[in-house]
Amino acid sequence: MAKSIDVSDVNIYYGDFLAVEGVNMSIRARAVTAFIGPSGCGKSTVLRSLNRMHEVIPGARVEGKIVVDGHDLYGAGVDPVAVRRQIGMVFQRPNPFPTMSIYDNVLAGNKLNSKRMKRSEADDIVEKSLRGANLWNEVKDRLGKPGMGLSGGQQQRLCIARAIAVEPEVLLMDEPCSALDPISTAAIEDLIHELKSDYTIVIVTHNMQQAARVSDETGFFNLKATGEPGRLVEFNPTTKMFANPDDPATEAYISGRFG
Amino acid sequence: MSDTLQKTEQRPSVPLRTPQLPRIAPLLVAVIALAVGGLVTVVAGSGLVALSVVAWLVFVIGLSVWALAVEGRRKATDRLITSLVWSTFVIAMVPLVAVTWEVISKGHAALSADFFTNDMVGVLGETNRLTGDPGGIKHALVGTLMITATATLISVPVGVMAAIYLVEYGKKNRLSRVLTFLVDVMTGIPSIVAGLFAFSLLTLMFGPAYRSGFGGSLALSVLMMPIVVRATEEMLKLVPDELREASYALGVPKWRTIVKVVLPTAFGGIATGVTLAIARVAGETAPLLIIAGSTTVTNWNVFSDRMMTLPVFIYSSVTQGGKYAAIQEERAWGAALVLVVIVMTLNLIARLLGKIFSPKTGR
Repeated sequence: MAKSIDVSDVNIYYGDFLAVEGVNMSIRARAVTAFIGPSGCGKSTVLRSLNRMHEVIPGARVEGKIVVDGHDLYGAGVDPVAVRRQIGMVFQRPNPFPTMSIYDNVLAGNKLNSKRMKRSEADDIVEKSLRGANLWNEVKDRLGKPGMGLSGGQQQRLCIARAIAVEPEVLLMDEPCSALDPISTAAIEDLIHELKSDYTIVIVTHNMQQAARVSDETGFFNLKATGEPGRLVEFNPTTKMFANPDDPATEAYISGRFG
Repeated sequence: MSDTLQKTEQRPSVPLRTPQLPRIAPLLVAVIALAVGGLVTVVAGSGLVALSVVAWLVFVIGLSVWALAVEGRRKATDRLITSLVWSTFVIAMVPLVAVTWEVISKGHAALSADFFTNDMVGVLGETNRLTGDPGGIKHALVGTLMITATATLISVPVGVMAAIYLVEYGKKNRLSRVLTFLVDVMTGIPSIVAGLFAFSLLTLMFGPAYRSGFGGSLALSVLMMPIVVRATEEMLKLVPDELREASYALGVPKWRTIVKVVLPTAFGGIATGVTLAIARVAGETAPLLIIAGSTTVTNWNVFSDRMMTLPVFIYSSVTQGGKYAAIQEERAWGAALVLVVIVMTLNLIARLLGKIFSPKTGR
């Protein structure tokens, strides 16, 4: 069910401010693509434009084409809600719904859309998603407890379970480990490796070791200069990117000489 | 190792212990201050007010000076400010305690089962001339409950939905800024003006001399609506955007996100705000006097005829005067006690709702 994404000539604005300019790349299906780069260079902005979450912010808009499975996400008559049902997202800070139990949090995507299902069917989805997110063994005895009672790492895995419960084609992750300790981070990285076989995954990270560990392909974003819009400097297989990058700026960033 | 030891020996030791007043010092000074105050009162022959003023001055100055002499400047300032803060707290509590005490002490005598089950039809003085039943506040209690409930039914949906528009849809556009301004202005409308509004509106529609509980509800909802809008607005703003985004990212449309994620998360706060708004208008007198009128009959129909309410009952009982002034005044205090209990209960319910519906961590 995984799908590839083709991004061509994308400019992203916040009101009149051009935040990211001229992005071209093609994200492979069933692979992990990482976005790296210094803060404020537009990695998260590009990520959020991939499932039309960017326009949730007032005044924000996107120019150019983002094509998933032959459909332009920004074409006329495309419903952003339908796009988001196919392209799920995990955020930087874990954000389980505070009014819901662990069980209901996993089913949130189905329940909030009033999808009718049998109890056994719902149980299956919950177990499958929680197992998929490596959380089942930790929470199977307290599914009725509030999701907010879990630890930070568990909450983030709960959010991943919630995102994969609606069976999206693509999973976007916006710095999913930046609020987590190394053990939870390792758990989530293992999870990303497992999810790769079923989903197209795009992950934004500040941690270059993480990008090197989990991703197949990497995009390096940078600002042209201070005050200028961000742009995609280089997009290459991760092994090439970290061993022999095309662009000197990439090498400088990866080797720690700048950024 | 020996180096560091020598260094610590060379440094002048900073004393960690400083002289302190004994723990009972404030109590001691208070007793002395009261004694001085008492002495002054006896000598000068003045009253209780003078005693407390003198005692307060002696206490504040005495304790600060003693602390300055023994403990130093910082502690003395601390004692001075602490005494001032406690004094203002006590001053703020005086009217509250006094009012509560007054209402309870004067009102409890009037309370009985009959007081709640009888109205004032045919009652002159102690009892009903025909049946011999004592008079009561059934009509006023029913009126207050009916009118306030109707006002709540009108203003809560409108207020909550207006707040949803302001926070979720009209994000800082011109219309929402104008609306916010108007809501702020509405908060300051004098209640009598709200009463006049309902009065003139219904008079225009149904002709002169129109009176009904519904008019009172209209006036009260004019007063309630801005409070509900404000409270709901603040609560909705407290819901983190991350939750909305999490919901959008699951492919949930905006209206479902609002109904199923935002409102449940803010429900405790909204319920508290609504309950406080009800408590705020339950005691209104002026608008009800104009449009709901005054009567002795129990009227269950808000849409026709005059309706008595507790505040208006209190007002008319006290101002009646004449031969039966004493018994009427007792009834007024009884009604006041009932009204205070209703408002306090609403406040307690508000706290309870806030507690029950606040998001739980389950730890």
